[in-house]
Amino acid sequence: MHPAYSVILFTTASGAGYGLLALLGLTGASHGAASSFAFGATSMLLALGLITVGLLSSTFHLGHPERAWRAFSQWRTSWLSREGVAAVITYIPACLFGLLWVFGGNDTLIAILGYLTAIMAMVTVFTTAMIYASLPTIRQWQHWAVVPGYVVLAIATGAVLLYALATLFGRSGIPALGVITMAGLGLAIIVKLAYWAGLSRMKPKYTMGDATGLGGTVRQWEVPHTSENFVQREMGFKVARKHAHKLRGICLGLLALALVMVWAGFSFGGAAAPVFALAAVVLSGIAVVMERWLFFAEAKHVVTLFYGEQAV
Amino acid sequence: MTSLPDTSRPGQKKLGLVIDLDTCVGCQACATSCKEWNTQGYSAPLTDIDPYGPDPVGAWLNRIHGYETGEGENRRALHFPRSCLHCETPACVTVCPTGASYKRAEDGIVLVNPDTCIGCKLCSWACPYGAREYDADDGVMKKCTLCVDRIYNENLEPEDRQPACVRACPTGARHFGDLGDPDSDVSQLVKSRGGFDLLPQMDYKPVNKYLPPRPRRSDENAVPAAKLETVGKADGSVTERFFSWLDKALS
Repeated sequence: MHPAYSVILFTTASGAGYGLLALLGLTGASHGAASSFAFGATSMLLALGLITVGLLSSTFHLGHPERAWRAFSQWRTSWLSREGVAAVITYIPACLFGLLWVFGGNDTLIAILGYLTAIMAMVTVFTTAMIYASLPTIRQWQHWAVVPGYVVLAIATGAVLLYALATLFGRSGIPALGVITMAGLGLAIIVKLAYWAGLSRMKPKYTMGDATGLGGTVRQWEVPHTSENFVQREMGFKVARKHAHKLRGICLGLLALALVMVWAGFSFGGAAAPVFALAAVVLSGIAVVMERWLFFAEAKHVVTLFYGEQAV
Repeated sequence: MTSLPDTSRPGQKKLGLVIDLDTCVGCQACATSCKEWNTQGYSAPLTDIDPYGPDPVGAWLNRIHGYETGEGENRRALHFPRSCLHCETPACVTVCPTGASYKRAEDGIVLVNPDTCIGCKLCSWACPYGAREYDADDGVMKKCTLCVDRIYNENLEPEDRQPACVRACPTGARHFGDLGDPDSDVSQLVKSRGGFDLLPQMDYKPVNKYLPPRPRRSDENAVPAAKLETVGKADGSVTERFFSWLDKALS
């Protein structure tokens, strides 16, 4: 599958935003109002900013962005529509929670809104993952680790952001935050390892003989057109697939390095803790963009069988 | 609505095509007549970008592949037209977030409303058959309409009220009809020739069927056509004797 940069930017930016938002919601639910106005306002604005930038960028790949509002209508059948609905609904508890949490308010109300925000943020990430996981045409996306991968990476990247914000505002010593961040990154590494191991073991299910109904070995001797068409460009993306194994390793290495940075900053960072935290942000950011690029580039669509692929 | 209509009741009309892989000669007449009709019909325009340049790209609703199958004596090359199969359970419809993609309850034709399509391309991801092509110039998805603007069009002569591809096919390799009616010509044709579905294991339940190439006749059983000819008995007429003499004289 062709990795559209707007979709990569959307899923990674909004994923981190929703992860951060969910953790802020849980922080508010357990600790009440934000420890300081500056910390509260900055982290809420960062979370909502990442989400909003992501959502806007997702409309850039549309042929008619001005009709995007129509996408809220078909939530009965379409995961893309459900994602749109969930994304918009999430703003309601998130904004109310943000106002109370940043400016101070009733702890019970903050807790209720915090939990609601966290749940809706995760629901939205889940719907995003289901857009891919529900497609019968791409077997690599039907793997069980696709949905956990989206959710865990959202939480992990969001946790790294929250950890960085906490250190920047002089609150690097919260043990729970460091543990959650490292656990999130560790879990992300495990889920991606399981996913890639699954892809390596995956045996082809459909052949060119199945696609054409001719059975047995089918060879293509003539393509229908002299240059690539939309189907080949969108679904038949092959560039750099041969580097996939190397890129997987780099991605996992970057995630592990981010984990080490969090650990190092947490254990003996002291005044340098923000430097370690920012390094973790950059490393995990590059890793998640690579992961998302690979997610598309490694996905083989059934339609490629009509264009010479022998089995998928 | 992108919810699918209930097509399970008996007698449900299922309009579709039956494509004969035995007689298709790959002349591309169906593809060009499809393009010609649909670039001014329901899906208009079907944009070609840089059509005469080095890297042309454009939306076509019908593509003709060339495949080779079989081994040894049974090896054969064939032409394989590929277009929307108007599936009974098309995921391209249910994934559509706007309702622009829909399946008609009355005849099962799968269509895209070009006025509400946002061009998200998700339907093309959901289709295993590559039937949907994005028109980058128009910003919406294009697909086979089964010439919905021809088949019911009373301004056309009755013989023209069928899809442009079927009308254009010089070898009669394309057939149009109601595959929901077991007694229709197309259903009977599918039955007698062993018509099949593409990728049946994916369970999209395509309506369009393909007819397999006929088995090759073996040389041993083949009877020369000349032996089968029935020649009239000699009647001994002057004309006959003249031609007989001429035949001998010249041979």
